Amino acid sequence: MSTAFSAAKFSTQPFSTISHDSPLVFAKPTSQFFGSTRKLRLTSSSKFNLSRRSGTVVAVSDYVKQKTSKSTTSLLITKEEGLELYEDMVFGRAFEDMCAQMYYRGKMFGFVHLYNGQEAVSTGFIKLLKQQDSVVSTYRDHVHALSKGVPARAVMSELFGKTTGCCRGQGGSMHMFSREHNLLGGFAFIGEGIPIATGAAFTSKYKREVLKEADCDHVTLAFFGDGTCNNGQFFECLNMAALWKLPIVFVVENNLWAIGMSHSRATSDPQIYKKGPAFGMPGIHVDGMDVLKVREVAKEAIGRARRGEGPTLVECETYRFRGHSLADPDELRDPAEKDHYAARDPIRALKKYLIENSLASEAELKAIDKKIDEVVEDAVEFADESPIPARSQLLENVFADPRGFGIGPDGRYRCEDPKFTEGTARV
Amino acid sequence: MALRNIMGKRVGIGLMGSRALSTATCDVESGSAKSINLYSAINQALHVALETDPRAFVFGEDVSFGGVFRCTTGLADRFGKARVFNTPLCEQGIVGFGIGLAAMGNRAIAEIQFADYIYPAFDQIVNEAAKFRYRSGNQFNCGGLTIRAPYGAVGHGGHYHSQSPEAFFCHVPGIKVVIPRSPRQAKGLLLSCIRDPNPVVFFEPKWLYRLAVEEVPEHDYMLPLSEAEVIRQGSDITLVGWGAQLSIMEQACIEAEKDGISCELIDLKTLIPWDKETVEASVRKTGRVLISHEAPVTGGFGAEISASIVECCFLRLEAPVARVCGLDTPFPLVFEPFYMPTKNKILDAIKATVNY
Repeated sequence: MSTAFSAAKFSTQPFSTISHDSPLVFAKPTSQFFGSTRKLRLTSSSKFNLSRRSGTVVAVSDYVKQKTSKSTTSLLITKEEGLELYEDMVFGRAFEDMCAQMYYRGKMFGFVHLYNGQEAVSTGFIKLLKQQDSVVSTYRDHVHALSKGVPARAVMSELFGKTTGCCRGQGGSMHMFSREHNLLGGFAFIGEGIPIATGAAFTSKYKREVLKEADCDHVTLAFFGDGTCNNGQFFECLNMAALWKLPIVFVVENNLWAIGMSHSRATSDPQIYKKGPAFGMPGIHVDGMDVLKVREVAKEAIGRARRGEGPTLVECETYRFRGHSLADPDELRDPAEKDHYAARDPIRALKKYLIENSLASEAELKAIDKKIDEVVEDAVEFADESPIPARSQLLENVFADPRGFGIGPDGRYRCEDPKFTEGTARV
Repeated sequence: MALRNIMGKRVGIGLMGSRALSTATCDVESGSAKSINLYSAINQALHVALETDPRAFVFGEDVSFGGVFRCTTGLADRFGKARVFNTPLCEQGIVGFGIGLAAMGNRAIAEIQFADYIYPAFDQIVNEAAKFRYRSGNQFNCGGLTIRAPYGAVGHGGHYHSQSPEAFFCHVPGIKVVIPRSPRQAKGLLLSCIRDPNPVVFFEPKWLYRLAVEEVPEHDYMLPLSEAEVIRQGSDITLVGWGAQLSIMEQACIEAEKDGISCELIDLKTLIPWDKETVEASVRKTGRVLISHEAPVTGGFGAEISASIVECCFLRLEAPVARVCGLDTPFPLVFEPFYMPTKNKILDAIKATVNY
């Protein structure tokens, strides 16, 4: 299969000649694993076509300190971008908090996993994507869906199990899909989404290279956690993606815990970004509690993928403020650790940045907060009023034939024929 | 395969291998008993297993703090982290690693967090665990391996926290599949499984972890494998089931009693190798049989029971073998009540079979 995409055809620099003694990661790790205020560096070389700056992405706080004048041209974002990021993160947070409320009121059930604290990763990456780019997520997928553009009403209805949900109530919390927004799901099973993302990335590359849709530069993002990085599927896909130079970014949301298993006690080398170069792709570590840093790294990684330079492994060090799921009492994590990360709340940090750099005023941010509250309330009302799926929906979509009535003499599915009665299927 | 002692009770064959494993039953009735639930019974069984065999290990995802269902509480504290430890999130690795431990003479008790997650390990179970003794000509075996996994519907589990995959494993010669119905059964069966010289997959009905409470003897006791139990005597129809489904079937039996239908209820306990004689004897008595399980009907284990019964009891049967099972769809989320083989569905089938 690799012959179809042999280096000679499209790429100017064959990637397969990467040598392992020049790893594409940044400086050697310090002993302090928690709290990355390190500078983030992509080893710059002509191989990577880094068109903009020389390759040093500096931590936001350092950057701000260096500035003496507050001219917006040297800041990392514009006002519009800043407000967009703020709004997206607040949206994610408010939505998840509302989910918790609804769960405890019995409006939704099942296993619900909330994303509080990790918003910077979702916002930082997904807000750089186009509608046709694909996202593959995990069971902690509500905020990925929202960032990708799935309406809050559709997500909330799905959580309540109603027909107006994005999957018609079939999937629930852990299985958000959206064809319109190219969200390829919500996976309850860890690691299962990664091969699927790899296949999606292959399609995009195929369209560009073989079908000659020259402007098809769709990128796929695969989100998964630290526990997944010990799973076979992860390694298999890193290999395939690097081998075939797929336009995919593997985003590890390392929140240090897999239910009750601490990452450092479950992994031989806890520094996940190092696994990228082992397979021939750059591995980058970024502070996942800072949306601007994440965004800078995401720009590089997504840019690489769009230009056809292949995959990237990005490890975002982040933290979930709540337990693994709403049923998890969360007794195992050290309160000091929780406090450490609570102090680095991404929303608060961005708010501070916006205000200090005069990109937005308190009033504007408060207005956004209020607007988001209204959107979330509206979503709940909509979901409440939506109908429960009909019983017959249980048998639908097991196979391609939506209702299992077979194909009629005209070659179409019988269930689409209005003259065909519904009475035969029995539940 | 089952010998009978002078009391006419079945006695398992005691195998004197290098670990002197025995499948003989112990007296369940002696000693004190306490009222506990299913996860506590399993916890007790694990404590006993680790206590009595210094080369027993318990491992899996999150087992060291007690596990997501609390089945492994206290084990790490009592026996140490070298014997009770967490593994990374890799089912294939967990089971394969367990096979290796067992091949070297240890008793490996692997936990798969939910039966739905067992599929990456399916390859190791089917291709390695089931065939290890066979293809090494009995030089090696992984009999010390026991894989425990919570299975079955729980009300809100959805696609990936409610599956019943027992049928897939019943198709593999070389392993045993055991499913308990209650706390007392669970403790005895689990200890038998752990000490059985064959690899066993032990499915625990997660719905019953807290819900089922029973008097469980505190001492070490074992219940025989491959022996079905008639838990309710009857004369009109035989019902066969396992695990959590039995409680639903029992309710249906009680309702049917009011209509004058006398139901005999059998708990299969071990799915492979299953106790054909007990079921056959019961069918010869009643002439009718109904099988019920949560897994989808097509290709479920009920199909195997049905085919076997028809083979041996064709002329005795008064009605076709009925199967009341889950529907042929992925396990649904909001539609769970419609999917499940409920008491009413079973009752309807009982009446239809009796009135055939």
